[in-house]
Amino acid sequence: MFMEQLSNGIALGSIYALTAIGFTMVYGIIRLINFVHGDIYMMGAFFALTGLTVLGLPLIPSFLLGMIGASIVGVLLAKFAYSPVFKAPRINLLLCAIGAAIFLENFAMLVWGPETQSFPTLIENKTYSIFGFKATTLQLIILGVSIALVLILTYIVKYTKLGRAMRCTSQDMEAAKLMGINTNRVVYFTFMIGSSLGAAAGVLVGMYYKAAYPMMGFTAGLKAFVSAVIGGIGNIPGAMLGGLIMGVSESLGAAYISSGYRDAIAFIILIFILLVKPSGILGKSVKEKV
Amino acid sequence: MANLSRVLFNLVLATAILFGLIKILSKAFDFVARYISSIDKKTKRFINIGIALMVAIWPIVFINQPYVLRTSIIVLLYIVLALSLNIVLGFAGQLSIGHSAFYAIGAYVTALLTVNFQISFWIALPTSALIAALFGLLLGIPTLRLKGDYLAITTIGFGEILRLVLINWTNLTRGPAGIPGIPFPKIFGFMINTNLRYYYLILVLVMFTIFVSYRLLNSRLGRGLIAVRDDEIAAEAMGIKSTYLKILAFVLGAAFAGIAGSFFATYIHYVNPDNFNYMESVLILCMVVLGGVGSIPGVILGATVLTIIPEALRDIATYRYAIYGILLILMMIIRPQGMLSMASLKGGAKSENSGNKKRNKGLRGLSGS
Repeated sequence: MFMEQLSNGIALGSIYALTAIGFTMVYGIIRLINFVHGDIYMMGAFFALTGLTVLGLPLIPSFLLGMIGASIVGVLLAKFAYSPVFKAPRINLLLCAIGAAIFLENFAMLVWGPETQSFPTLIENKTYSIFGFKATTLQLIILGVSIALVLILTYIVKYTKLGRAMRCTSQDMEAAKLMGINTNRVVYFTFMIGSSLGAAAGVLVGMYYKAAYPMMGFTAGLKAFVSAVIGGIGNIPGAMLGGLIMGVSESLGAAYISSGYRDAIAFIILIFILLVKPSGILGKSVKEKV
Repeated sequence: MANLSRVLFNLVLATAILFGLIKILSKAFDFVARYISSIDKKTKRFINIGIALMVAIWPIVFINQPYVLRTSIIVLLYIVLALSLNIVLGFAGQLSIGHSAFYAIGAYVTALLTVNFQISFWIALPTSALIAALFGLLLGIPTLRLKGDYLAITTIGFGEILRLVLINWTNLTRGPAGIPGIPFPKIFGFMINTNLRYYYLILVLVMFTIFVSYRLLNSRLGRGLIAVRDDEIAAEAMGIKSTYLKILAFVLGAAFAGIAGSFFATYIHYVNPDNFNYMESVLILCMVVLGGVGSIPGVILGATVLTIIPEALRDIATYRYAIYGILLILMMIIRPQGMLSMASLKGGAKSENSGNKKRNKGLRGLSGS
């Protein structure tokens, strides 16, 4: 029982980690709580579902379709909804993000219908058991895909020119501009990568629970935020750690405390973290400058 | 795919219409605000009395049209809710997106007290406000020490936790089935049981809320709150206890939302967790933003417009929330300060990003002398 819940938790946690990374990257660059992130995740699932059912594509192209489609949506939003208010006070940007989130949820509802749509079963689900540690094929795939994506991301951020530009921009946007970095391009690129990771998480969740519905992104977005805060917002390894902690504590909590309060666990952790260490586990506390 | 193109077409159309409307309305409201700021006190009082009279006579004129009366009552209810959020968002500058949680607490406290314990509505009303305020305090203490972003998410989280508790704690709240049969309020044998009487009850509550908002705005506390909103560090340097003030605003806002919830419970006679979801909070937020964050006439306007518009546009009800989303984005891009903003009411649009820049230049030239 415990081992089963633990492996459920790790699979769930790696999905949260993927979502949280996208979230934390956007926060790191423009200091925006990207409310849209959860809905990008939902769009990813729906694009992949459309690819599978309407267009009849095989699994991997549909997966890529989900990621590409969602990253286009993310960049379009950054261009048309966010960039006009980048310079405005923070609260305007936040409200813009909330508006965009509501818009996307209802857009999906209008296009695909409000009811839950089932994901076709594509992979035969077998249970493997190693040292009493039980895992299903899907859980292993989720873990594998997450690790692969995180490795690719780490490579991009650490060893490419664009990655270096991203790190610079997140440290100080003005200084980055002075050094000749096209910060606008960096912002869009960040949105693109973040959205495609979020979308990947969405498709994985769709496959895992075999369902996609327009409001699926709402709690997922909030949990991504909580994961990012747990690990230290703006910090990529922190987001991964936070996601794993969230996933494990959630599935253990649902099993041993009460399944009705499953979604509440995240927020209880959040309030606890805010009380104890607001900068997160791996975050550095920053003094506010005038 | 035919569906997709139709939806896209409708949404683009809606965006274009909204864009035009916001542009035209901002001009109109700028004009009105300039006019209001230019008239003298006597005329102003005259206009205020006229509006008050109209609001008082309104239900008697429409006494035979229950639909109009009902909609007016809902408008007034949302005015209370929007003003309560305005205390938090407009005065203190703290973004709370879980406001419907306090609304829910108010409604459920009233429902439980009046149905289970047969307690009079007049005791339940202040109790609801008090309990909602208590929850505001409990939530505010850990979160308000931090920056606005965290508060926004924590309040959403709080709203969700509360909704889950309402659904899962079936012994107390009867879960998703809700609590039916909330009685009519009674005062000295006088039963409030018609739309007309409810109208006056909520009107009194609205007056009370407006009164408190204005008194707060012009008091020492209100000035402190506005200082915190404009620049927290500077305010603290001036000796304002920013955390204390923010918590105070949060508690006050929660209390008024509790009052609104209490009224809602007795008016509808039924509460269930679905009445108080996330979209409800967003709706209240939209009202405040549309009208003008911090400006009391603006918030009243926003609540009125956003309650009447969906009634008028019943045919496109499925597009309602998508249009709200577009509205929020467009407002933030075109007119972030809202339709009737505080600055414009105080004597002309001096802020740089209000309305048309060219005309502003002219205005600045005129007022610069």
